[in-house]
Parts: sequence; structure tokens; C-alpha cells
Amino acid sequence: MRKTTLIPIGPYHPLQEEAEFFQLYVEGEKVVDMDVRLSYNHRGIERLSESMTFDQVPFLVERVCGICSASHPLAYIQAVEDIAGVKVPERALYLRTLVNELERIHSHVLWVGLAGHFIGYNTVWMWAWKYREPILDLLEKTTGSRINYANAMIGGCRRDISNDLMPLIIKEMDELAGHMDMLTKAILDDPVLHARLKGVGVLSKADAIRYCVTGPTARASGVAIDVRRDDPYAAYELVEWKIITQETGDVFAKAVVRLLETFESIKIVKQCAAKIPGGPIAVEVREIPPGEAVGHVEAPRGETFHYVRSDGTNRPVRHKIRAPSYVNVPSFKASCIGATISDVAITMAAVDPCYSCTERMAVVDRGSRKRLYTGEELIRLSEDKTRRMREEAGI
Amino acid sequence: MIDMLAELRTSHGSRILGAEHGSPRQTFVTVSDSDAPTIARHISEKMGGRLVTITGLDTPDGIELLYHFAFDANHSLLTLKTRVKKPDPRILSLAPHLPGAEWIEREIHDLLGVVFEGHPRLERLILADDWPAGVHPLRKDEQQ
Repeated sequence: MRKTTLIPIGPYHPLQEEAEFFQLYVEGEKVVDMDVRLSYNHRGIERLSESMTFDQVPFLVERVCGICSASHPLAYIQAVEDIAGVKVPERALYLRTLVNELERIHSHVLWVGLAGHFIGYNTVWMWAWKYREPILDLLEKTTGSRINYANAMIGGCRRDISNDLMPLIIKEMDELAGHMDMLTKAILDDPVLHARLKGVGVLSKADAIRYCVTGPTARASGVAIDVRRDDPYAAYELVEWKIITQETGDVFAKAVVRLLETFESIKIVKQCAAKIPGGPIAVEVREIPPGEAVGHVEAPRGETFHYVRSDGTNRPVRHKIRAPSYVNVPSFKASCIGATISDVAITMAAVDPCYSCTERMAVVDRGSRKRLYTGEELIRLSEDKTRRMREEAGI
Repeated sequence: MIDMLAELRTSHGSRILGAEHGSPRQTFVTVSDSDAPTIARHISEKMGGRLVTITGLDTPDGIELLYHFAFDANHSLLTLKTRVKKPDPRILSLAPHLPGAEWIEREIHDLLGVVFEGHPRLERLILADDWPAGVHPLRKDEQQ
């Protein structure tokens, strides 16, 4: 008789130490079904938003996620500006683009480091995080804070940056491009990584569409969608860049998309620093008329979506937030079933799931309900597989 | 940019109760609750709309459901609005045809108490296991 074992992963995720709960049903080493439970961190931000004034909400929603703390407020602000018919000064559009791309660079580089760690490449982890540090310093110089930038506001931006800072931004971007070039080549040329990540955790194009996934998760499966191009906001129409897509949908493709996107973001930041016009950074918005609108922004993990309805008072009557991981995480069902337990960790990590936005994983024997693996053991399983492959390849 | 509203009018003209453009790229279309799931499926399956999410919103006249679709290649957004009546709000589920709708329908079921008929697994997603049954935090009457 075939025996199915239940593997609970969480409520603390083995990879990112945030609260989300996955239950894997396994037969031997093979995953046959899975189940996700979330909302261990539900903070009721949508409800809270209804109790705040329109201009207080950006400071609330940038706390939806520490990494996407530029994307969430911007999506909200764009929806409100749409209701009020506000025309934002061009300098503010460039400032918004600059901060949002710096955010993408630091998020993608953070992911490259984490992904390296999960498959036992701890040098990649150390390098990536070292190169990420100057980006956080730049964010501090431009917005005053490494995270929760409080940069955008309804009508424009809160803080201007000195034009004297622009040469430094361009210099830092050139340096990062050099480092990333080295790191990208080291990753893409490594035969063990090819063997370890290609064909693993495949999300087919059809499944990507069925699960409505967004961001690098969609683009790695050949679905060429990117809000920056599809519904241009800020200054994305005014700078040159291209969408990065891959066709295979595996973990390797997701890594390639993020690595190459980092270079596109570097290009965008440099163009912003070179082309930013002078002028005011905000217009005054006195009141928000009744109405409704949606605002969406391409966050590092995909489309961040906000819907706002105003009834003419100074507070939103409804504010709906949908973070990208909310649609990307359910696609695990398509990409993890059929995989082995040692590949599940990296497959989940490849989506770059963000739990503060969405939200744990466990390996349990279905009969005895006994817990089989802890989070650390799952990372060890993943690292062991890489080590075995390395030894077999004689590296 | 193709006018998605015009396209929807040719296929479902008699069922559209109201339509308005927010900004040039945003369209809001109102339909009845019995038509909404069919039209939402049509948008997703025939017109290539990507379901972004569904917003649930409690009003004195019922619970409004807003199906947000993105037409990425067409650079536009379309929101399909409908309203289900209280005290027993129900509507046909999209989830059997579109797995991307599974979580958000469970979330709206938790927070607003809308029953999505035919949903493959209408279990709790947001609320804790020990949360009292029948209490929906986003209902305005709960908040008072």
C-alpha cells in the first residue's frame, strides 16, 4: 500500500523566518499535494486605513512590507491622485522612479543572497549582501531612511534631493554594475547551479496565467507583463529599459530574470540621476472628491495593487490592498507537486515570497501526525543535495 | 488601446447596468449579481483579462464585489462591479475555473461573510481557528 506522509513546514517558514504554514503531503521523497495556511500576521491594515486621513495612509501602507516600502504607498497615492485628478510635477515623477528602482535593486540582490544560502552557496550570500549595503546607504541619502522611506505623498514627493548627490548615485551604480556582472557570471557559469536549478520547480506558462501570477514569477514563465511598461507611471515612459523574460519557468529562469533586471534597474537609476529636471517636487492637494480608482505599481515581487474609494470626506471609505505574493504563493501548488522535498525549499524561495504581505511549512507523518523535519533540516536537505551534486561533478 | 467596454457591450450589452470611465485607462462596469460570474469568466477566458483581485465592500444596500481585471497588453484596467444582498450574501464562485480566484474568495468569505457557491474549498484563510463563527470583521455593523 502506498503511504502518504504529511510534512508541515512552519508556522515559521524555514527560509525566511516569517509566519506562514505549508503542509506537504509526501510519498517517500515526492510531494503529492500541498496546503497553505496563512494570516498569522494579519494586521488589519485595510480596516485601519479607513480610520486615517488620506495623507496619513501612505505612512501606514509603507509598513505593509519593509522591502516594498516605496511600492505600496506609491500604488495608493496614484489611486488617490487619480480620484483627485492631480498632475504631479515631473521632478517628483523622477524622484519616485529613482527610489522605486533602488528598492528593486536592493530587493533582488537580497534574494540572490538568500537563494545562494538555501542551496549551500554561502559565498554568494555574503557577496550579494555586501554589494547591497551601498544601495541602502544611497536610499538613506536620498530619502533619509534605509527602509520605510516616507518619500512619496499625494501630489508629489516629501523630500527633494540635492543635485550634488547625482554624481555619487551614478558612481555607486557603475560600481554595483561591475560587482553584479561578476556575481551574475559566477552564478550563470557554474555547472553545479545549472544542474541544481534547471528543471526544478517549473511553473508552466499556462499555470502562470491560471494562477494570475505577476512579477519575476510570471516573467520567468514567459508571461511578459510588467506594470512599468503596461500601465506606465512615475517616469518609466521617459527612460530607456527593457522587460526581461525567460521561457522555462524553473528556479534557474527566475534567478536569471532577477539578475538581469538588476542591470535594467541600474540603467534606470542612472538615467534618472542624469535627466532629472528642476522645478517643484509637489503640488498642493486640498481635498479628495468622491470617487474610486485603482492604482498599481511594479514592486520587486510583482504587481502591488491598491483600490481606493472616497466619499468626499477626508478618509477612504474602502482601501483594498493586494500584494504580489498573494497571487504568487498559491502557484506553489503548480510548481511543487511532483518535486522532491529537497527541492521544495528553493522552489518556494524562487518566488521570493513576502510573508508580511501574504504570510508558514511542515513535514508530518500523515498516520502518526508526527513532525518529520524542522526548518533548519529542510535547508540542510537542500544544501546536502547541492553538495552531493558537486561531489559527483568532481568540483 | 482597444476599448474593452465597447467589446463587452457587443457580447453582453443588455446585461450592463452602468458603465463609467475613471481615468482614460480605468473602466468600471456594473452588472447584476446573477450575471457577474458569467461575465467575469468571459473577461478572463475570452477577452484575456488577468484577474488582479476582488474587493469586497460593505454598504447599507448590500455587499459590493469588485472584480478587478488587467488587460496588460492593452494598457487598461476593467473593474466589474456587482452587489449581493444581505443578510445572506451569495454568489457563484470563479475559483473552479480560475485558481487565481481561490484565495481572495476565501478571504472575502472570512472578512465579509459572502458565500461563494461552488468554491472547491471555502475554508478560513485570514481569520484564526478560534475566531467566533459568523462574525465578519469588515462588516460595518460589526464595527459599531
